[in-house]
Amino acid sequence: MKNRLKVLRAERDLTQAQLASETGVSRQTINAIEKGKFDPSLPLAFRFARLFDLTIEEIFEDEQEV
Amino acid sequence: MKTQNDSRCAESRRSTVNLAIWTAAWVLSLALVTFGARCLWDFNMALTILFILVNLATGVGMLVYYVKYLRNLDELQRKISMEAMGVTLGVAVVGGLAFSTLDVTNVISFDAEISYLVILIGISYIFSIAVANSRYK
Repeated sequence: MKNRLKVLRAERDLTQAQLASETGVSRQTINAIEKGKFDPSLPLAFRFARLFDLTIEEIFEDEQEV
Repeated sequence: MKTQNDSRCAESRRSTVNLAIWTAAWVLSLALVTFGARCLWDFNMALTILFILVNLATGVGMLVYYVKYLRNLDELQRKISMEAMGVTLGVAVVGGLAFSTLDVTNVISFDAEISYLVILIGISYIFSIAVANSRYK
């Protein structure tokens, strides 16, 4: 699953550690999500959406979508 | 201001320390019952049973704190642990039965002690955790 997490984080001048801190996960988890190695759970996706004031679809993109 | 992650980290650290304490207690109680029967109380049945019960109780405590430890991991860390436990279970069953078969069929000259299986489980868990962690780096 593609995502805009890295771009959104950079726009708000947040480090991975700060984003991890805001969403209650480890920095390793943020890094893995940004690199597309790990898909977050729905509750975590909602936390990102709330933090960036966006919808989940605006952050994450389903690669299988036609 | 205390962030969500600060409290999560503190909770995670606390559960790791608790797990370490209970694991150490379990190992010590196992050593005590194993060597104590031989060296301290000369196989006195009542004392041996008492210390086996103590060992079982600390083992249950260790399991409870291991579950708490898993609950305090975040979702990626939990996935890594689950993958490692899956691999470890497979290695333990396949490796353990193969090792036992070697003993039963007299291919090996020594007994297939359970301690070898415990060592295999420990090594495969550590190895699996390291591999999974490097995959999500």
